[in-house]
Amino acid sequence: MGFWDKLQRIDRRVIYLILAIAIILPFFFRLGLPIPVTKEVKDIYDYVETLGPDDCVMLSADYSPSVSPELNPMMGAVIRHCFERNVKVIVMSHITVAPGMYQPILEGAAEEYKMVNGIDYVNLGYRYGYWLVVMRMGNSIEQTFGVDYYGTPLRDIPMMRNIGSYQDIDLLIPLTGSNFLVWITFAHEPYQQKLAAGVTAVMAADSYPYLQSGQLIGLMGGLKGAAEYETLNNEHYEIPPRMASIGMEAQNWAHIIIILFIIVGNIAYFASEKKKRTKFRGE
Amino acid sequence: MTLSSNPWVWVGVFFTLSVYSFLYKDNPFYKLAEHVTVGVSVGYSLYIVWTNAFIGQVYTQFMNGGYIFSMYVGKRWDFVIPALLGIFMIFRLFPKYAWMSRYSLALLVGSGAGIGLPLAMQASILKQVSSSMVKVDFTGTGISNLIIIIGVLATLSYFYFSKEHKGIFGKFANLGIWYLMVGFGATFGYTVMARMSLFIGRLLFIFQDALGLNLVN
Repeated sequence: MGFWDKLQRIDRRVIYLILAIAIILPFFFRLGLPIPVTKEVKDIYDYVETLGPDDCVMLSADYSPSVSPELNPMMGAVIRHCFERNVKVIVMSHITVAPGMYQPILEGAAEEYKMVNGIDYVNLGYRYGYWLVVMRMGNSIEQTFGVDYYGTPLRDIPMMRNIGSYQDIDLLIPLTGSNFLVWITFAHEPYQQKLAAGVTAVMAADSYPYLQSGQLIGLMGGLKGAAEYETLNNEHYEIPPRMASIGMEAQNWAHIIIILFIIVGNIAYFASEKKKRTKFRGE
Repeated sequence: MTLSSNPWVWVGVFFTLSVYSFLYKDNPFYKLAEHVTVGVSVGYSLYIVWTNAFIGQVYTQFMNGGYIFSMYVGKRWDFVIPALLGIFMIFRLFPKYAWMSRYSLALLVGSGAGIGLPLAMQASILKQVSSSMVKVDFTGTGISNLIIIIGVLATLSYFYFSKEHKGIFGKFANLGIWYLMVGFGATFGYTVMARMSLFIGRLLFIFQDALGLNLVN
């Protein structure tokens, strides 16, 4: 067996080990690679920049723990940006396990900025019904949810007195690992609700048509999207870079290693094929 | 470095390592993590849906009373109808009475299609078609728009099967395959990025939450 054949038959566990080392090392030895900001993330950021204390941003955490490393940083970055500008924040979910996951992020950010539950932000929690919930919120958020995550009736929450339906929400950002089409179909189309989306990297490529059609004003894709938002937060308000920005350095190195593997793997494949052909012809 | 004193964090670390141990080979720790994940998520979701949907949206509202056609009533008797339709769905489990669930399903399918179809048509087809009709000129945007128009037409041609893919039409349909390949490549690249992100997320959890390392500074 020649060198190229051996290279093709290398144990997959060796590849996993090299990749793991390439991802772990950048956590401790950082080169500070830049995170360029794309237009689709900047559009969301710029829109939130136009909002003020009388405005409201709603986030819908429609994801499960399996994709939280990508979407939790987005949630943290957007909430901090809103709090920095005193924009009201509402968080809700269509996924049963999500409220327990985003609650520490929301409350952690609220504690940093001394924001008060019910006055500066509201946690609506999970509501059963998916697209029916989305549709009904166009008529009345109070009738749809009734109570917030902690069981307080919405009519008793000061912030919700001025927020009745989509008309009072300036930007709605579904953070999702499965589907944001329900928001486009049942909130944007009938009620013209302004939407931006935060999606997992797997979904990002399929989400661009909705950006091009103007149904979304902006798009954050995967850890990269979150890191871009954190970069903008850092540039404008000196909010320290967080999980996504730390992770991106490791991500960059992982990608470099994978690209190298693909190149070496292809060279090995073509070299061994050429050798086989030469042997067959008896040259 | 301060090790976490929260036992649940270490449970999280144990299950994270158990799941990733599958990369070496299948083993009982991976199986345990797999079964615990399925069991816990199903049990938790069932409880939340029960309390949120039935108790929150049916039982409590029925007991609290309210208005029917602007008339105050002590009990929301109108809630009995949807509750009964919901119970009918459970009869799917009993073949002899499964026919009862058809009424609920008929209502669901009928109302769902009636409400959803026009909006879905507008959101996913008409808006997308109109956004493909864009201005073409010799500016950067104009050339991008031309690439979009050619891409849409070529890809649609590839999925047109009433004419044999031969000659000029065949070549144009072949161009559609190239567009599809670029799309698949982008999706695959993003998928690799997503999987790496998930691994990075777990590593950050182990280093920061469990081992107490400060990676921010």
